[in-house]
Amino acid sequence: MTAVAERSAAAEPKAGEIPSFEVTLKIRRYTPETHGDEAYWEEHTVTAHGTDRLLDALHKIKWESDGSLTFRRSCAHGVCGSDAMRINGRNRLACKALLKDLNPDKPITVEPIKGLPVIKDLVVDMEPFFASYREIMPFLITTGTEPSRERLQSPEQRARFDDTTKCILCAACTSSCPVFWTDGQYFGPAAIVNAHRFIFDSRDEGGAQRLEILNDKEGVWRCRTTFNCTEACPRGIEVTKAIQEVKRAMITRAF
Amino acid sequence: MTTIAAPRTRGAGPGRRTSRGNWELYGWVFMRASGVVLLVLIFGHLFVNLVAGEGISAIDFGFVAGKWASPFWQIWDLLMLWLAMIHGTNGVRTIINDYAERDGTRLVLKLALYTAFTVVVVLGTLVIFTFDPCPANSPADLLPSFCTA
Repeated sequence: MTAVAERSAAAEPKAGEIPSFEVTLKIRRYTPETHGDEAYWEEHTVTAHGTDRLLDALHKIKWESDGSLTFRRSCAHGVCGSDAMRINGRNRLACKALLKDLNPDKPITVEPIKGLPVIKDLVVDMEPFFASYREIMPFLITTGTEPSRERLQSPEQRARFDDTTKCILCAACTSSCPVFWTDGQYFGPAAIVNAHRFIFDSRDEGGAQRLEILNDKEGVWRCRTTFNCTEACPRGIEVTKAIQEVKRAMITRAF
Repeated sequence: MTTIAAPRTRGAGPGRRTSRGNWELYGWVFMRASGVVLLVLIFGHLFVNLVAGEGISAIDFGFVAGKWASPFWQIWDLLMLWLAMIHGTNGVRTIINDYAERDGTRLVLKLALYTAFTVVVVLGTLVIFTFDPCPANSPADLLPSFCTA
């Protein structure tokens, strides 16, 4: 009996042991203070578990081997939208991408999101992105005296813009858009999604103003419906559909 | 392996020039509408020229001259020319806007585009309305055989 138990213990993992695997991250780094003005690739290999996300691997690198690696993250659970990055060529939140789903047999490429100025490593300057967001006036606009109680809305009226309320402003959509990559002038999917959230809100009265703002040379008409944004959205918002609904609202308003 | 361009150092803020107005909206609607009309015009044109009657063997100088003698085909060809040229030019303008990064490149490409547009549309319109297969006082050896009258 004892011999059998020993043999199986040698062949199989010990009870309670968690299977692990090696994964290599190929990270696009930009550290002008030590490595000059050109970005470069750097590889790190870490040991990971099946439950680890890309963010855990980045943490392991930063905490255990290279403290100079710079990236943003706050909540680490897909809510704050800080850690959008280009993972294997696709925009994802590092905290929502499980390593085992990213084909760990090959090095996983990690780059900053495209189209925004890189500050350091995976950190980009989000200001142009937020400037577009501010331009569409992402707040409730009403006229007349303030009601003394809540502004009521039927479940149907609420459902009309439910999808676009989910946006966490991570910029995964805008920085996946080829039109935005060219010159960064396009408002971008995220700004349009957040305009959609108010344009189709029955309580809001600023719809006409917002449509006017997005009826710009750099507004909704630059959308080529490539669906990169819909594919990139970590919240599963149907971004391209929202943009087309804004287009339709403009056309019905104009004719 | 995908690589990205060197990090951009462009200053913060979009510095966007606002251009409100319905111009882009009309452009967008025109592209859809003209696309549908062109589908009919072009396939009608192809059918009449290549399939109907004697088919492709009927096409010669006289065939074209005969078509342009009728106002119906003059209008048909004029519409086809204008819609196709505006539709195509607007499409290429969009591509230039999407792909040309520098303002200088954009300007040069658009100037070339609009010049080509003007030349083709003016020349084409002129030919459709002033085409005369048998111009008066021409030497007989330069005229097609049906110009006996």
